Amino acid sequence: MTKRTYQVECNGESRSFPTSHPFLEASASNGEVLVLAGQWPVDAALPQAADRTAIVVELGLECLAVYVSGSPAPSNLLGFCRWRVGTSEPSDLVELVTLPETEPSAVLAARTMFEQAGFTVSRCEDRAGRIVDRLIRPQFNLALNAVDDGLATPDDLDTALKLGLGYRRGLLRLVEEGGLADHHRVTAHLFAAYGQAAYVSPRSAAAAAHRAATIEGAG
Amino acid sequence: MGTGIAITIARAGIPVTLYDPVPASLARGRSLVADFFKSGVAKGKITEAAAQQAISLVGYTDDIEQLAGVTVAVEAVFEDLQVKHALLQSLFATCGAGVLILTNTSTLSITEIAAGCDHPSRVVGAHYCLPAPLMKLVEMSKGMQTSSEAWADAWGFEQATGQHPIETKDRPGFILNHFCIPYHNDVIRMVEQGTADPAEIDRAMKSALGFAMGPCELLDLIGLDTQLRASEAFYEVTNNPRIAPPPLLRRMVAAGQLGRKTKNGFYRYDRDAVFGA
Repeated sequence: MTKRTYQVECNGESRSFPTSHPFLEASASNGEVLVLAGQWPVDAALPQAADRTAIVVELGLECLAVYVSGSPAPSNLLGFCRWRVGTSEPSDLVELVTLPETEPSAVLAARTMFEQAGFTVSRCEDRAGRIVDRLIRPQFNLALNAVDDGLATPDDLDTALKLGLGYRRGLLRLVEEGGLADHHRVTAHLFAAYGQAAYVSPRSAAAAAHRAATIEGAG
Repeated sequence: MGTGIAITIARAGIPVTLYDPVPASLARGRSLVADFFKSGVAKGKITEAAAQQAISLVGYTDDIEQLAGVTVAVEAVFEDLQVKHALLQSLFATCGAGVLILTNTSTLSITEIAAGCDHPSRVVGAHYCLPAPLMKLVEMSKGMQTSSEAWADAWGFEQATGQHPIETKDRPGFILNHFCIPYHNDVIRMVEQGTADPAEIDRAMKSALGFAMGPCELLDLIGLDTQLRASEAFYEVTNNPRIAPPPLLRRMVAAGQLGRKTKNGFYRYDRDAVFGA
């Protein structure tokens, strides 16, 4: 398959690429795909790139629709995010977000570009939480609440999940390594989006967020 | 399930009798035991001598009276309170009041099972994972009337048979089903809502979390009918919206799309097509 060319433009801090990465270094001017990494202001027009096969803008908690003004949306616009838990290293999974207007050729170009760079790509519609956060955050909440409820000790809980369900690192260890305050940030956002009890922030995560905010405010 | 549990016991060098009132089921159990150990020898996981020794330790009977003298009984019968009550009463009558009874229930309360027999202090929850010979985890839970002696004996038994007991509470789903049933329903809803295709979901979860199997692959392996049955059973006692069976699940089961067992679920197993194709 033909090697996809792409150009990366960075604006501010990127959660998907917090440090240098071969993907960023392979950027070439006038690449077929324009990658907008970092945080792009939603009230400013994205770089005009109607001539590019695809424009892929990095997403945080926000949906891709945030970057669309007017209707219909550009047919070459997609969103992307490397899944990550808090401050842990970003995974090699790229969630590729499409809109109803997104052309198949744009999807193929973006997908191939990431895959050729060694990432695993999963495509999804433009929904809060995309795929992984939407499915795993309720599980993190279940685990944190289970400890509070005395269902099992934290170690026993993670051991059971590893031995019984194949969670390689358990759930508690994973969410705690990423930071409970950050988990609160994500799960609270999903609760606001869906209003479902599964996304209510557990006591320990809410407390961690409150502590972090208090300490930051005092500093 | 009972056969798998019997294998774990025999493999640990402990004589075990597989009891089933239906002779055909016993014959199937005997075959499964032989096949399991034959496969183990072929894969180099167990020596021929050890396999033969384990096989020789498994007895089979369709007469419950043959269980007289048994000191530990593991029940893995149909998930119905009345069926379990009747069996436990028969076991106490045959084996004596001191027999330790481990119940492999996955949906019923240990306390409620124990309350239906004359010696509730001797009943302990011991939920094995499928397949028992390969999954060491056993979720152990006390009923409200379980004695400390029975608990210690049950824990020791599980360890003696090479299993890994974890203590949990007498609550619906214990640990594993508490996590996986709602999660699997969330996945089905995601497919139902068109957020992502099964293959995309599986790829995402395997890559991000290191799962060996994606959730749709796992649902096909477990069986969509199993997921539906478990959801209905747990929803009845929890009223947890996540556990309510999604409409797509009911429709797939109604259409016979049960997964691997019908060669058609989220994936087709007779060709490369995926869900909806």
